[in-house]
This record gives sequence, C-alpha cells and structure tokens, in this order.
Amino acid sequence: MREREDEWTGLMRAALMGDDAAYQRLLRGIAPVVRALARRGLARAGQAVDQAEDIVQEILLAVHLKRHTWDANAPFAPWLFAIARNKLIDALRRRGRRVFVNIDDFAETLAEEPAAETPSTREVATQLAQLPARQRDVLQSIAVDSTSIKDTAQKLAMSEGAVRVALHRGLASLTARLREK
Amino acid sequence: MDTDQLIRTLAADNAHQARPVGVVLALSLLSAAPVSVVLFLTILGVRPDVMTAMHNPFFDLKFVVTLALALSALTVSLHLARPEAGPRGWIWLLLIPLGVLAAGIGSEMMLPQRLPMMTRLVGHNSRVCLSAIPLISLPLLVAALIGLRHGAPTRPALTGAIAGFLSAGLAATLYAAHCTDDSPLFVATWYTLAALAVAAVGALAGSRMLRF
Repeated sequence: MREREDEWTGLMRAALMGDDAAYQRLLRGIAPVVRALARRGLARAGQAVDQAEDIVQEILLAVHLKRHTWDANAPFAPWLFAIARNKLIDALRRRGRRVFVNIDDFAETLAEEPAAETPSTREVATQLAQLPARQRDVLQSIAVDSTSIKDTAQKLAMSEGAVRVALHRGLASLTARLREK
Repeated sequence: MDTDQLIRTLAADNAHQARPVGVVLALSLLSAAPVSVVLFLTILGVRPDVMTAMHNPFFDLKFVVTLALALSALTVSLHLARPEAGPRGWIWLLLIPLGVLAAGIGSEMMLPQRLPMMTRLVGHNSRVCLSAIPLISLPLLVAALIGLRHGAPTRPALTGAIAGFLSAGLAATLYAAHCTDDSPLFVATWYTLAALAVAAVGALAGSRMLRF
C-alpha cells in the first residue's frame, strides 16, 4: 500500500514534467481504487452501485483539471483522496442523499482488492453530445475514435494547436456540465 | 465513453499545464485593483491633512492592521485552495491583525487623551466606513473568487469568507487613507464590522462559485 502510494507520487511528478506515458499509468493505477470508493459510497447511500463508473470519470476529470494544485513535494495519495472524497460527496448529494463520507474509508479501501470495471457510463456521454460542435468533434475523435492529436487535426482541418485548445476546453466544459447538471 | 478512453484522452491533454493558483490569484487581484482605487478616489479621496496625519502613529497603525489582515487572509486562502488542506493550524493567522489592533488599543489607553473613550470609538465616519469598505472591496472580492476558482478548495464557503477578509483588508487599506478617525477603538469596531460583512458575502458567493 505504502509502495503503491510512493509509486503514484513518482508517476505524478514525472507526469507534471511532461511524461504522458507516466501520467496514463498513474490514471490507470488510481482508477480501480477510486472505483472501489465510489461503489462503497453508493452502497452506503443506498444507491445502485452500477452508477459508480460515472463517479469514477468525474473524479478522474477533477484530478486532471486540478493537478496543478498538488504540491510536488507532498505525497500524492492524500491529495487524490481529498479530490475523490469531494467529488463523491457531491455526486451522492446530487443523487438526493445527504451523506457523510468518513476519511478512514479511504485508507481501508486501499488495502482491499480493486473492484472490477463496470462498463455502464451514461453521464459523460450525454454531456459530450451537448458540447459546442468543435469541442465535441475533437473529443469524439480523440476519446471515442482513438485518433491522435495530429490525425485529428488533419481530419478536422485544424491546426494541432487548435485541436489541443479545443481538447482542453472540451474537458473543462464537460466537467462544468457534470457539476451543474 | 468508457473510462479507458477517458484516461487516454486525459493523457493526451497532459501538455496543458495550468498556472499555479497563487499566480492566477495575484493577476486577478492586480487587474481589479485599479477599479477599486478609482472607486475610492471618486467617492472618497485621500484626506486633506494626510501629510500631517502620517506623523501620527495611530494613523499609520491603521495600515499595519489592514495590510496584516489582507496578507494573512491571502496566505490562508492559498492554503485552502489545496484540496487536502483544512483550516486547522492556519486559520490562527487571522488573529495577527487583531493582535496588532489590541496592542494599539492598549497603547492608546496609556496615553493621555483629549476625548473620552466612547467618543473615540463612535468617531465621525462610522456609517461611511461601514458602506465604503464593502463597496470598495466588491471588485477585489470578485477577483479573489475568480482567482481561487482556479484552485480546488474543498471548503468553498470558508474559502469564500477568507477571500472576503482578503478583499476587505485591501479595501480598508484604501479607506484608511480617507478616514479621519484614527483611534484603534474606532478601527476595532467599525472596520471589523465592515470586514465581517464582506466575509459573509464572500462565504455565500464562495459556496456557489468555488465548488469544482
């Protein structure tokens, strides 16, 4: 557990230095842990655990958009759990229950086996469809069709810089829409 | 979109690195400052006897108090912009301006005074003080909230209240140059009430604006 947290910290440091592969490995590493938290939170609130993946995606988006608030000299796990807890409480509240999430749950969950992936995700896809056309096309191309930034630029007759801007804005407005829905 | 696709997309956006919250907050406050200064100069202006007032240590003390409030609130708000941060240990920084104020009241008590205590406390400008500080602080409060939105505060109302103290401290620094009531008793009463009002507005706005 300790080892894994140190690994996360190292990966995030590398990611912030521009190592995209390390960043992807980090996100893949934290996803199952975050998923277990979301399932537990839903179960405690008496909600169907098959909505967990929507919450996982919201947490990953928040991790991505707020990673500049992580202090690279501090361990990564407490920061991650603060973000995850905040998003989980928000998501459960939106689903109509007042909930209390104990921070100790996070430590417990870490020691457990990661939960298997649940494929059902509706919310991100729904909000994606409602984004401004350019952001939607870029996200659709990169996320769903797995096209590279370079090929997306060619396909949509945009510069690579413009694709990058649309990609980032798309992720930011996706997050805002998920929060306000 | 499944989670694996999302992860690949986020990794593709890794090149986008945001600026630190402190930088964004500073830029935001700097762009709002001229608005507040112009507001101050149009509706109030610096008091005419400012050159002689500067020799009065109690006039100068007002700026120490208001700047101490602004700086301690700035420090606390930047701390709270980190998601894992709690108010514990940091919130006490806000006692620094109160400590300075208490020391000022103490030393004024030891000096012979022409006016009785209540007269000094009530002063001449209490109503102007109560309306001017919140008014001048509004542009700064909006700027502070916009800057802190860039962070990830998990206590949005509290962070908003601290943003209120930050903007009230800056606004009071301007206002202090206008006000002819220099007694620390006046400052402790009316400046504090004005700052609390701005903090309440900040808490309310923060609980909506600062969620992420």
